[in-house]
Amino acid sequence: MNWATTDQHSLGLAQDWPNREPRRPGRPVRGAWATEPGQWQGDTGRGGWASEPDQRHGEPAAGGWASEPDQRRGEPAAGGWASEPDQRRGQPAAGGWATEPDQRHGDQSPGRRAGRPGRRPGTADHGHGRPADRLPRLLPDGFTDEPTGLGQHLAEHGPIPALGGHQRWRDELIAEVELARLAGRGGAGFPTARKLAAVASAGRRAIVVANGTEGEPISAKDKVLLAQAPHLVLDGAVVAAALVGANEAVIVAHPAVSDIVAAAVAERRRARLDRIRLRVVPAADQFVGGEASAVVNWIERGVPKPIATPQRLSVRGLYGRPTLVQNVETLAHLALIARHGADWFRAVGTASEPGSMLVTLAGAVRYPGVYEIAIGTSVADVLGQAGGPSGPLSALLIGGYFGTWVDSAAAATLPFSTEGLRALGAHVGAGLVAALPADACGLVETARVTRYLAGESAGQCGPCVFGLDAVAGQLERLADGRGDDLRLLNRWIGQLRSGRGGCKHPDGTIGMVRSALTVFNAELDLHAQGWCCGTAEAGVIPVPAWSQS
Amino acid sequence: MTARTGHGTRLRVNMIACDGRGLCAEVLPELITLDDWGFPIIAEGAVPPELQGQAGEAVRLCPKLALRLER
Repeated sequence: MNWATTDQHSLGLAQDWPNREPRRPGRPVRGAWATEPGQWQGDTGRGGWASEPDQRHGEPAAGGWASEPDQRRGEPAAGGWASEPDQRRGQPAAGGWATEPDQRHGDQSPGRRAGRPGRRPGTADHGHGRPADRLPRLLPDGFTDEPTGLGQHLAEHGPIPALGGHQRWRDELIAEVELARLAGRGGAGFPTARKLAAVASAGRRAIVVANGTEGEPISAKDKVLLAQAPHLVLDGAVVAAALVGANEAVIVAHPAVSDIVAAAVAERRRARLDRIRLRVVPAADQFVGGEASAVVNWIERGVPKPIATPQRLSVRGLYGRPTLVQNVETLAHLALIARHGADWFRAVGTASEPGSMLVTLAGAVRYPGVYEIAIGTSVADVLGQAGGPSGPLSALLIGGYFGTWVDSAAAATLPFSTEGLRALGAHVGAGLVAALPADACGLVETARVTRYLAGESAGQCGPCVFGLDAVAGQLERLADGRGDDLRLLNRWIGQLRSGRGGCKHPDGTIGMVRSALTVFNAELDLHAQGWCCGTAEAGVIPVPAWSQS
Repeated sequence: MTARTGHGTRLRVNMIACDGRGLCAEVLPELITLDDWGFPIIAEGAVPPELQGQAGEAVRLCPKLALRLER
């Protein structure tokens, strides 16, 4: 088996950008996860996931992005993927990639364990699950190329927590979530307990939406989580449904992984595990499609665009019901808090931001991919998870395309947490770090990303449609050396700064642009004189191919 | 129901519905300006009592029903 190409940690980073047209239901993509690259590349005709960066972006420069795939393939046994696996995984190196493969895939009979008595929520469970301070918590420990089956899932994490229907149980578990200080992992970081309480108190039959849309093009953590540990997310959805009084949860999964999730749901149905209805909807593959109201709009009407709702979704959302929209990673954490309690959850992370989080490390790092880190790990150590920078860096884009450009040296020692990054005006967002190599021009990259984001506007609000296009055009002129007038750009940035759209698309884009103008100030001067600092070809920070004309 | 004094009311525009007709900015230039593409930028904060009448007028005049006064 060529493990490098099936390396799920690099999934999504190395994906071919799928069809822009929303596909529902999605074409089976299991092939993309299969072992022989030739197989799936041939049969999908789109290149599927993985490994040929050149093919993907149609330009050699993009090779810097998925760095040295050959190297990675070359030395499988050495754990080339993860130098010092023991350090990272907190387990002996001998554990290697597939810890106890028999255990992992051997027992697929859920019925045997499903009948076990559950535990009270919030009670520490030392019989199951990993030690509190050991990572990864969410992802399977070690390398695996297939989703964790129900039997293995239950063996590893313990039976799904007993769900009480009564108010006291709900209050206690929501209090536990509050104690755990679990915050949304979709990017906004909203306290989960408050959201749960809001929907629970709506007083009508609620509905849960597990948001695995992950429209952010360089983020892969939700796809990897859904592909590897679908049952943990489903556990969380079931727990959330019990907490808010819902009898249905809709899992909106990126089309690349929705079949895996659907298979997991079918597995649970056969085992008669859950009392609520679980439904899988392939997500719209668009940037703004992941916004909460857009997800609701997509499920209900097939339109992946945000809606202007006078009322909050927690009061009136999907099908008019009180709706809890939670990111899938948040739900996975919720499933663990329900099993092991807040103290267990707080064993890693910082006091104000406890727990672990999934991060997607991209750009000029040696092994781009999805990793699980303790919140508060220094930015340098976070990049170290991916083997460290693949060369000298100049800047980092932290938090994704709605994130913040920061000087890489200034960020290196800061804790990767919302609190720690505040000094640089950055936030962890959905856990994305893209590293810009020193020989690439940040201004050129910013112009490309902004053009992409302008094109991803849902096209509903004037300031977003016209404003982002204008800003992108101005950035392109600056990047090309065709203009040096910052006044107009700054004027538009001022007009678009906050609250000008039905959703936060313009706000997020403008925030990123503002940080670029600060961090790449020196480049601005160079470009004004007709120079560019970049020697590498543009395309280090990837945007989907369709946006590059 | 207590009578609305207008204290604490805010103007809100539904940007998805807004078409940039610009009537609101003509009626209430004190609180509403237009950006370079003709879409309204609403001043932050509550509508002062002396502008309540104009604000209500702006809301009524919006052909797209995109402007609202919220408490």
